[in-house]
Amino acid sequence: MKKIFFTIGLVLTGFTAMIAQTKKGSMLIKGGTVITVTNGTLENTDVLIQDGIIKQIGKGLSAPSGVKVVDASGQFVMPGIIDAHSHIALDAVNEATSPVTAEVWTGDVIDPLDIGIYRALAGGVTISHAMHGSANAIGGQNVTLKHRYGTMNPDDLKMQDAPRTIKFALGENPTRVHGRGNNIQPRSRMGVEAVIRNAFSEALQYKDAWAKYNAEKGKKGARPVPPKSDLRMQTLVDILDGKIIIHCHSYRADEIYMLIKVCQDFGIEKLVFQHTNEGFKVAPELAKYTMGASVFADWWAYKFEVYYSTAYNAAILMENGVVTSINSDSGELIRHLYHEAGKTQRYGGLSDEQALSLITINPAKQLGIADKVGSIEVGKQGDIAIFSAHPLSVYAIPQMTIIDGVTYFDIKNDRDDMRLAVSPTEQVEPIFLSEHDHKCMQDTEWLFGLAEHSHE
Amino acid sequence: MNKMKKILYSLLVALCPLLAFGQIDGETPKPQAGTFFLTNAKIVTVTKGTIAKGSVLIQDGKIADVGANLTAPSGAQVIDLNGLSIYPGLIDSGTSLGLVEVGSVPETNDNVEIGTVSPQMQALTAVNPNSVAIPVTRVSGVTTVIANPAGGLFPGTAALINLVGYTPDQMYAGFKGIVMNFPSSARRSNFDRRTDAQIKEAADKAMKNINDLMDKAKLYADIDAATDVRYYPEMAALAEVVKGNTTLLIEVNAAADILEAIKWVQERKVKAIFTGVLEGWRVADKIAAAGIPVVTGPMLGMPTRGSDRYDKAYANPGLMAKAGVKVAIRTSDTENVRNLPFNAGFAAAYGMGKEEALKAVTINPAEIFGVADKLGSIEKGKSATLLVADGDPFETKTNIMHVFIDGYKIPMTNRQVRLYQEFLKRDPGLVK
Repeated sequence: MKKIFFTIGLVLTGFTAMIAQTKKGSMLIKGGTVITVTNGTLENTDVLIQDGIIKQIGKGLSAPSGVKVVDASGQFVMPGIIDAHSHIALDAVNEATSPVTAEVWTGDVIDPLDIGIYRALAGGVTISHAMHGSANAIGGQNVTLKHRYGTMNPDDLKMQDAPRTIKFALGENPTRVHGRGNNIQPRSRMGVEAVIRNAFSEALQYKDAWAKYNAEKGKKGARPVPPKSDLRMQTLVDILDGKIIIHCHSYRADEIYMLIKVCQDFGIEKLVFQHTNEGFKVAPELAKYTMGASVFADWWAYKFEVYYSTAYNAAILMENGVVTSINSDSGELIRHLYHEAGKTQRYGGLSDEQALSLITINPAKQLGIADKVGSIEVGKQGDIAIFSAHPLSVYAIPQMTIIDGVTYFDIKNDRDDMRLAVSPTEQVEPIFLSEHDHKCMQDTEWLFGLAEHSHE
Repeated sequence: MNKMKKILYSLLVALCPLLAFGQIDGETPKPQAGTFFLTNAKIVTVTKGTIAKGSVLIQDGKIADVGANLTAPSGAQVIDLNGLSIYPGLIDSGTSLGLVEVGSVPETNDNVEIGTVSPQMQALTAVNPNSVAIPVTRVSGVTTVIANPAGGLFPGTAALINLVGYTPDQMYAGFKGIVMNFPSSARRSNFDRRTDAQIKEAADKAMKNINDLMDKAKLYADIDAATDVRYYPEMAALAEVVKGNTTLLIEVNAAADILEAIKWVQERKVKAIFTGVLEGWRVADKIAAAGIPVVTGPMLGMPTRGSDRYDKAYANPGLMAKAGVKVAIRTSDTENVRNLPFNAGFAAAYGMGKEEALKAVTINPAEIFGVADKLGSIEKGKSATLLVADGDPFETKTNIMHVFIDGYKIPMTNRQVRLYQEFLKRDPGLVK
């Protein structure tokens, strides 16, 4: 009998853990230079977070009873940094078995034990867009994570109120994997367009078949046969219906322009370009027809399609009115996105506010979460990064990273070893001399022996 | 028909001059030699303090004079810097610049040769003076780099090059060293799926191989001194190491390997520089005691172990310097060697301090590579290799205003800048 109770108890505990709300905290951050990003920079200002939400911003606020005070005097308080393109905390990245894999979701392979989450926190990053890889023209769906490190439950990391997004990919990666690797379409940029147009056209047929069935179903005497349910097609229909934001891996201007036109033809408006190294060449088009571009600060020449890049890309895009963000696509780079953003001041002379918008409010817009995070505003979620100096200075050191009013990184109190678990089979801790941190093509190595490449 | 041909012919003739003009339209600025007088500048000499307001005279490729109260000689091109700062050109102590153009395109990769023992392969031979990445790099103030061959046990001979010149010889900056990859007990990356036993077996085998080679090189050197020997370029190159004429650049990273490498260097009595040294902080006092200089980086890297504090890669050069190791910094990069000053900035922020970090990209590498008579500081008689900035060159907000390499005034443009100029306000814009 005891055993049964114990089992029931265990099951219940597990179940409550699954549906439990993530932790929300309260704190008063006092006396810092508050960079709101959307409403200017406020000297010697306090930010009050209660139950995970920013409640007040002002001078001389006092802490309600029981609310702890964080002294930020002499420090810089900015919104938690958001990375619109990452692969940390994922167990798998590419389902490289078909040019179209819209049915898979990185939300199913979250690894809450990844030390990369903590390292990102130590760089002030509170939210990352954990993306499917770039092997397929239409890849899998992505998940937006809040870096609530410390939990064993993958669901705790999900930003539940973020909209759905999906990965697309153009150019060398899908043509290499499928055209040259498997000898199927696409082998060229013509084929990439064809694969995407075919997929959406099929999805329209699928949608139509269901609409017909649903219309028939209610009628008296009608006994329609339901179409075969297909998660891949349903996901594509959801894109066509505006329920999913496309985030498309892209480099060259022509392929970016191609997808803009395809989306126009299918009435799709929710479109963000990723990497977008040649976005600067089609900046007016990106500004008018898309939700923007998420770019690298200075990566180029690691493959041919990025040879004609410029580190001035972000500045040109910003000046042309494109919603622009700077992303990492790397477990290493994610740790210093503030520094990457700073490079736009050397390459194009962006203002402090413009540069910081690249890693806060702009990626939030691209992920559809700008009403909740991305700036320090009353009513937004309490996601904050505190720095020792202005975050665009190369000498700035992140001091504290806060999500929903809860501290997840604190330079003063954290241990050196922040792993949540160690491998039971490893006798000696492995040493990795060059972390393979760029994972866009992970899980496709079997095709090409990519192990020696450092970027894709 | 004949008439048609005639018309076509005359059209062609008429077009020819137009075509020719098309080819030479626009100006391409070139590096410019001359006598330059840089004045009203803050001069950070690195070795002899900072001159709050002074001048630098550049003549015949050299720093002809430095000081607070100089006057411009007649005929000098005077550049009033109006309070800007002069620093020595920055030196990246380990790159693939000039050897690799596009990473994923094998046809453009000239840093790895067939075979594991090829110390005689000359990186300098394969340096492409016209690499697009060179002008992209030097406008950041990085003026001088080590171009490294890679792969195998002895991949070849690295060379120090200045980022100006039309032939490798014009670029050569006075140091060559043979690269050696010390057998590693660590994993190459998280793709390395070998067991611990397999890794050890491979390392032991590589070590035996190296020792056999060095023994053979010693024999070769001894015979060579007595008589003519058969053409054997690998041994000829290694014999110079045995004789102490050529320095080994020993790539070694894991703590245990560093200790082994120290023992090996002492036993073999070779001149050595350690490169990589990512876990140097773990055994910093041992490296310092051995007196072996270190080239480390990139700073913007991951800790080598999951249990290590997140900032260990940033902190490593500072921890080694504090223990008394002479440290130079490298990016280990190709197209983004321009990030060297930012690597130094991170090292500075995480414990090294600005002054020591500046040395690690100027005078320290110059001393380590034995070229401190020419490079590494703003001193009279040294090569005129310097940068002019409107602030701290490690900060991203700072603009690098002028760069001089070997006395050449470098045009502050490159393909990335030209793309910016063309596309900032594209015409036609959205509609034609």
